Amino acid sequence: MKKLSVNHLLGIKYLKEQDIHSIFETAIHFKEVINRPIKKVPSLRDITIANLFFENSTRTKLSFELAEKRLSADVINFSASKSSVSKGETLIDTVNNILAMKVDVVVMRHPNPGAALFLSQNVDACIINAGDGTHEHPSQALLDIFSIKEELGDINGKRIAIVGDILHSRVALSNIFALKMLGAEVRLCGPKSLIPKHIHSLGVTVSTDLMKTLKWCDAVNMLRVQNERMDLNYFPSNREYSQLYGLNLKKLESIKKEIVILHPGPINRGVEITSDVADSKNSIILDQVENGLAIRMAIIYLLVAKLNIPQV
Amino acid sequence: MSSKILLSSKKIDIILNRLACQLIEKYPDFNQVVLVGLQPRGIFLLDRLVTLLENDYALGKVISGKLDITFFRDDFRRFDKTLSASSSQMEVVIEGKSVVIIDDVLFTGRSIRAALTSLDNYGRPLDIQLLVLIDRRFSRHLPIQPDFIGAQVDALEGDKVRVQWKDQKQNDAVFIEKK
Repeated sequence: MKKLSVNHLLGIKYLKEQDIHSIFETAIHFKEVINRPIKKVPSLRDITIANLFFENSTRTKLSFELAEKRLSADVINFSASKSSVSKGETLIDTVNNILAMKVDVVVMRHPNPGAALFLSQNVDACIINAGDGTHEHPSQALLDIFSIKEELGDINGKRIAIVGDILHSRVALSNIFALKMLGAEVRLCGPKSLIPKHIHSLGVTVSTDLMKTLKWCDAVNMLRVQNERMDLNYFPSNREYSQLYGLNLKKLESIKKEIVILHPGPINRGVEITSDVADSKNSIILDQVENGLAIRMAIIYLLVAKLNIPQV
Repeated sequence: MSSKILLSSKKIDIILNRLACQLIEKYPDFNQVVLVGLQPRGIFLLDRLVTLLENDYALGKVISGKLDITFFRDDFRRFDKTLSASSSQMEVVIEGKSVVIIDDVLFTGRSIRAALTSLDNYGRPLDIQLLVLIDRRFSRHLPIQPDFIGAQVDALEGDKVRVQWKDQKQNDAVFIEKK
């Protein structure tokens, strides 16, 4: 297998199509590993990984931490609220202090777009972007598409819809880049206020009609409404949003075709998706979580394969 | 690079039959034996031995598995390429059983060390033995020796011993390729 073309995972837009295939191929084998009685391999026993989370996270942080532990890496965790960042330390100072402890890989989530890129240019470590503001969330996109691929086979020519708060979504942007790279047709759907201007330039179509979009697609990714990033009202009420853009069983049954339903989590049950749909047979939300672990193991494994072994 | 035939198809056939007989001689109760072929190349030898034991020696169903050791190797990050994994098919119970690790060529012994570590994940076998088609003598990096040997070869460090199976190419053969 060829090595990855990149030394860091900053975003999907920096990857080549072959990199995505390598990650998927490796993830298949790691999925088998995490279903064994003993779910651990010793590949990264000489590697130390720092998880720096400057923004809240539950599943991404747990998933990365577990992936690192399943690969036998040593793991240190850092969250901004309990750190010297609150005393005024800069990002580079914080990270360089951590790297002085001989850390090989940094997994970082940060509220500012471009934080991962900035870090990769200023510190000497392999950087994995676990979400940078409203910019990219590459590992989420890779696990979403890996999960779709398990259900639908080859992504080329498939119709994938992304519904909801596109404006504030790093998941949407990473998904668009990756899906287009693999040859899928992508349609975005949501209220006009939550769809960025000029998004057409990425080669996607836009619709404001959920029913038409559902009838068109093979798989739909229902995004969360990110209230915490909204500094003003983008739609009148959750009730109205739910009526127009929320997915419920009645809408799903009325399209009279089987589609795959994804959600990156955490779910606002009753807003973008109802419980009966989230827990239905069409939903692969829990598969996404399992695949997330395998994908993150593959990402870390392939990036660490590019690190030089220190000469003694 | 020059290539020379070490073992012909006929000789390999004799060796496979001998190895099958040695296994039967060693293990009177084959229900307590698990044959484990190492991915990617040991599985061809495994398949041939299983076919021989089940058909020619009428042993009934032979318990076997295929084990990938990529993530257990100690030479990760020491190649220009990333090591490609293969799939493990180990839907077998090895707890309390006699395991025979099967590979085509034994060289440094590092693959076998990785296999021993990997097998820990599936249980605690009664004992583990090693069967190889080719034993490259005097080249071991670790104190690992085979219990069942097809043929022994003395080759220089830079030489390559390549096993070809008729399942992939037209006939069985073992080659030595010199630089």
